[in-house]
Amino acid sequence: MTSQKTPITEADLHAYVDGRLSEERRGEVEAFLAAHPAEQEQVHAYQEQNRLLHGSFDAVLDEPIPTQWQNFGRNWRFYCKPVAAALAWIVVGGLLGWWLRGEYGGVPARSSDFVRRAATAHAVYTPEVRHPVEVTAEQEEHLVRWLSKRVGGQLKVPQLLDLGYELVGGRLLPGDPGPVAQFMYQEKSGQRLTLYIQTDPSGARETAFRFSQQGSVGVFYWIDRRLSYALSGEIKKEELLRVANAVYQKLNP
Amino acid sequence: MDDTEAITAHIPHLRRYARALTGDRIAAEDLVQDTLERAWTRFGLWRRGSDLRAWLFTIMHNLHVNQRKSNPPSQSYSAEHSALELSVAANQEGRLEITDLHKALQRLPDEQKEVILLIGLEQLSYDEAAKVLGVPIGTVMSRLSRGREQLRQIMQRGGATAQLKVIK
Repeated sequence: MTSQKTPITEADLHAYVDGRLSEERRGEVEAFLAAHPAEQEQVHAYQEQNRLLHGSFDAVLDEPIPTQWQNFGRNWRFYCKPVAAALAWIVVGGLLGWWLRGEYGGVPARSSDFVRRAATAHAVYTPEVRHPVEVTAEQEEHLVRWLSKRVGGQLKVPQLLDLGYELVGGRLLPGDPGPVAQFMYQEKSGQRLTLYIQTDPSGARETAFRFSQQGSVGVFYWIDRRLSYALSGEIKKEELLRVANAVYQKLNP
Repeated sequence: MDDTEAITAHIPHLRRYARALTGDRIAAEDLVQDTLERAWTRFGLWRRGSDLRAWLFTIMHNLHVNQRKSNPPSQSYSAEHSALELSVAANQEGRLEITDLHKALQRLPDEQKEVILLIGLEQLSYDEAAKVLGVPIGTVMSRLSRGREQLRQIMQRGGATAQLKVIK
């Protein structure tokens, strides 16, 4: 009887272990195994391997997913879009410039550049799991001294623990003109905010809060004592404003 | 479900696979992060309606292979380390039983480990595994066969046999 059936191969044994056989073939393999103890032992060992694999690694499935990973797509689309947008604006600007040639002097568009850079830096660094900052909050004093020196103004880092945001640390970034300091804060849920600070080249002493939505990143920005600030986050506008107000007040006690 | 949610739904499985593949939490998290980053930069290349899971695992596989090429594991160290461990255990008990699957797994060649994990842990079909790894299905079957047998040797017999078979 058995000789009429397709012989059982090594591949059949694996497919049996992995539950990938038709019901009929499974029956044939079982009959074969019953008569072949060595192969039966082999199959049991492989089944045990699969069971142990699940036993060892299934717990990973339940680990909470870092918020940064969940926001990846949103951030990513955000920082690809500005390239297309920038190209479009260059064309529009060129046409407009030609059209209006000689009629008006240049108008500085620095604040929009500043906001865009702040939002891009936010989108680039907040998804980082292992290296979100260059210097961590544990070395806060060193961090502030270093960034103040590089940015060229006495910086202060507001503590936002009372709002639920803990300082992660900071990093130095290139800006225009001159370097920029970025401080990062994190809430318990993993939600992150960044505070982007640059010395203000326009010489303005103070401005009101302004808001700009850059993709999924909201930015409140203002100038205070020759420093430009931008607070970026992917949270509700009202919540971001609440934090921005707190930052401003803590810097002007 | 939008694209972000669709990809996020696969993160736990990418993470489990990466953890088993690298045997190291930090290396695994880096691999997942790199995979997600690359997936987003190339999302336009994903053919809508095709298997997103297989596509993500393919990206992870390619990244892992490239990382291994540019930064091979310290083979001499792990070989010495295993040999030392084996000889100590052999002296103490005369015979070695490696029951820790985790350790045994890390002693398999990457090619075999990948097949065992994609099929045994992530439950990909043989066909899907072949696509992810970019090899013919026959190659998947032979790697699966050799890998499982090798793993069985390491875990069951242990001792000198395992040492000779595993350390290359």
